[in-house]
Amino acid sequence: MTEATERTGRTEQLDLLYSETEDDLRAAVRSLLADRAGHQDLLGRIETDSPYVPGLWKALAGDMGAAGLLVPEKLGGQGASHREAAVVLEELGRAVTPVPYLTSAVVATETLLALAGESVPAAELLAELASGRTVAVLALPLTASPHAKPVSTPSTVTGVADAGAADVLLVSRADGLYAVPAAEATVEPQTPLDLTRPLAQVTTEAGGGTRLAGPDEAAAAVRRGLLAGAGLLASEQLGLAEWCLEETVRHTRERHQFNRPVGSFQALKHRMAQLWLDVVGARAAARAAADALATGSPDAPLTVAVAQAYCSKVAVRAAEECVQLHGGIGMTWEHPAHLALKRAKSDQLALGSAGRHQDAVAALVDLPAPGTEAVGAG
Amino acid sequence: MTDTAPDTDARGLTGAGRPIDAEELRARTRRLLADHPPATTDRTDFLRARFDAGLAWVHYPVGLGGLDAPRALQAVVDTELAAADAPDNDPRRIGIGLGMAAPTLLAYGSEEVKRRFLRPLWVGEEVWCQLFSEPGAGSDLAALGTRAVRDGGGDWVVDGQKVWTSSAHVARWAILIARTDPDVPKHRGITYFVCDMTDPGVEVRPLRQITGEAEFNEVFLTGVRIPDAHRLGGPGDGWRVAQTTLMNERVSIGGARIPREGGMIGKAATTWRERPELRTHDLHRRLLDLWVDAEVARLTGERLRQQLVAGQPGPEGSAMKLGFARLNQAISGLEVELLGEEGLLYGEWEMRRPDLVDFTGRDAGYRYLRSKGNSIEGGTTEVLLNIVAERVLGLPSEPRNDKDVAWKDLAR
Repeated sequence: MTEATERTGRTEQLDLLYSETEDDLRAAVRSLLADRAGHQDLLGRIETDSPYVPGLWKALAGDMGAAGLLVPEKLGGQGASHREAAVVLEELGRAVTPVPYLTSAVVATETLLALAGESVPAAELLAELASGRTVAVLALPLTASPHAKPVSTPSTVTGVADAGAADVLLVSRADGLYAVPAAEATVEPQTPLDLTRPLAQVTTEAGGGTRLAGPDEAAAAVRRGLLAGAGLLASEQLGLAEWCLEETVRHTRERHQFNRPVGSFQALKHRMAQLWLDVVGARAAARAAADALATGSPDAPLTVAVAQAYCSKVAVRAAEECVQLHGGIGMTWEHPAHLALKRAKSDQLALGSAGRHQDAVAALVDLPAPGTEAVGAG
Repeated sequence: MTDTAPDTDARGLTGAGRPIDAEELRARTRRLLADHPPATTDRTDFLRARFDAGLAWVHYPVGLGGLDAPRALQAVVDTELAAADAPDNDPRRIGIGLGMAAPTLLAYGSEEVKRRFLRPLWVGEEVWCQLFSEPGAGSDLAALGTRAVRDGGGDWVVDGQKVWTSSAHVARWAILIARTDPDVPKHRGITYFVCDMTDPGVEVRPLRQITGEAEFNEVFLTGVRIPDAHRLGGPGDGWRVAQTTLMNERVSIGGARIPREGGMIGKAATTWRERPELRTHDLHRRLLDLWVDAEVARLTGERLRQQLVAGQPGPEGSAMKLGFARLNQAISGLEVELLGEEGLLYGEWEMRRPDLVDFTGRDAGYRYLRSKGNSIEGGTTEVLLNIVAERVLGLPSEPRNDKDVAWKDLAR
């Protein structure tokens, strides 16, 4: 296929709607999170040793089967796809829930999926993750981009998301990918901007753990894991932006100043209408990324890059507008707007910044920077 | 089900009593093609036969060019016809008739009116235009001042001025709203008509725009006579009738399906690829921003289309026109900058009357200037944002002082 048809021609159909099954899954997750992990619950937890709500992971990942959505049934999962996992992430984004879903059930799981055919230990670990009994995270900073050249994990790595909740760390070394039991690693919590996604510094000893794959396979697998993570992060960002808009509309309809609801002022209405337009776009972009990943489309890297370049900005804008249009209450610790703002701003850096994803777009559709020739993505 | 009885009763049901399905439409389309081979049939004759077969717009009623079939099934007919190289009715030339006049005629016209107007409208034998906006009534369209007064015989006599009327110089008919009662609040005193553009009281003058072209016209109406049979909806009910027209206008602007890099972004991207010497870092970053936004707008349109096909139309339609206007303006502005010294030039300023308007046509300077209108025509961006805020998000409206005042007492 030539580059020109790559860019413009393919009529491959993405399904951008939600299925009934997906709607049902959304309702179940939303109800679980409302019961167990409302914003007030989170505000009471985020300054304790662990923001994770006890028992929530088991209910979501195990009982509901959400951890196994990406994993075929024969490998111990639910045999669903990225489309369903994306719906779970929309809900987790709305509720800014601290759970190791993106890190373990998406990034680590997708990494192991790439290896499960060749490696028995990878397949065994994958089945454990799919059941929700075991949590694994990649020992890489949350900022790791699927478009960057893969690097070996240094013996000490910072900014590892959900490392404190992990049973197993996936460590990239010069000779391949290793599964290292968390008990054999040193995990020191850092103070994150986003208190709902704990970060830690992880130190592992050379030589420990079980080797899952050689270096080339490992690099491809990690890249695949990060690509799925970036693509589905767009759905988390969509859910978050949607919540911010809904709360802002609700607040400005109720809040009166100058003897009118503040939401009747055109200066505010237009900002919320603009945000709605952004959210409509974010939904199309996030659904496209989820569907492209689910169908293994050759367009997936571009669709993911587009979704990230777009949705991360929308989430930040929505959260910033949410704080601003709430006025004074939006600046208080007691109101949950700051949870969304901190998550949105951190998500903007996660799994490749918007700028890195834009650079990937430039490479994939042949819009090179000044002074460069077109190069392949990566 | 194996029964494929071809006969249709008045409700568009086949002989077996089931609704028209894709299979049935395909069969009927093939029969039309067999009976009127496009290669040897006159274009107008073919289009008339297509209309009479109910394959013009399948969701319209039987006898009026349709079969009462689901709208989504039109694609089945169009695909068959395109494969057979059949002529179409050049929808871009008659967009106002198809997109705005027809749905309004269908919803409010008498049987006689529908039978008289819809066939030549769809076939393209009669072009339509829209006499709505006035110099003193743009966003506040309901404030319009063109007067229609009943004469002794019950017909209407119209005096006033309309503006921004595309196709008026080629139109046979117009949809027109005029004030019939100045003593009630503005929304209540308007009546909706079909106006004969060949009436001696109709004068059409070209209206030159910032591009140098005159796509539009001013229309002066002096003692124009309209029979009462050409009124759509009741006297004073014209505002409600006009909502049908305007809702369809917004769908028709910015609702089309486009391929990746279709539209304005394709022009800028092509220039970028072909002219490495023009590239700067600032333009690169802005181009990528816009490329991503354009691709997301494309996906949004595609999602909207899938919702319509699945029978779940959402409010996202309003988003399309707003996004389309902003993107066209930003991309064409970038393109002029990208071109450097060439961006200082303009094709030609000579006044022309283009048959078709292509926002992505001519040169970058033209596109830059023409796209300024995208946020003004068909509902300004500001008004559309209000509509989104109030109807989609449920935000309260601004306090108003024009709702309970007679039209004649409004400030102007």
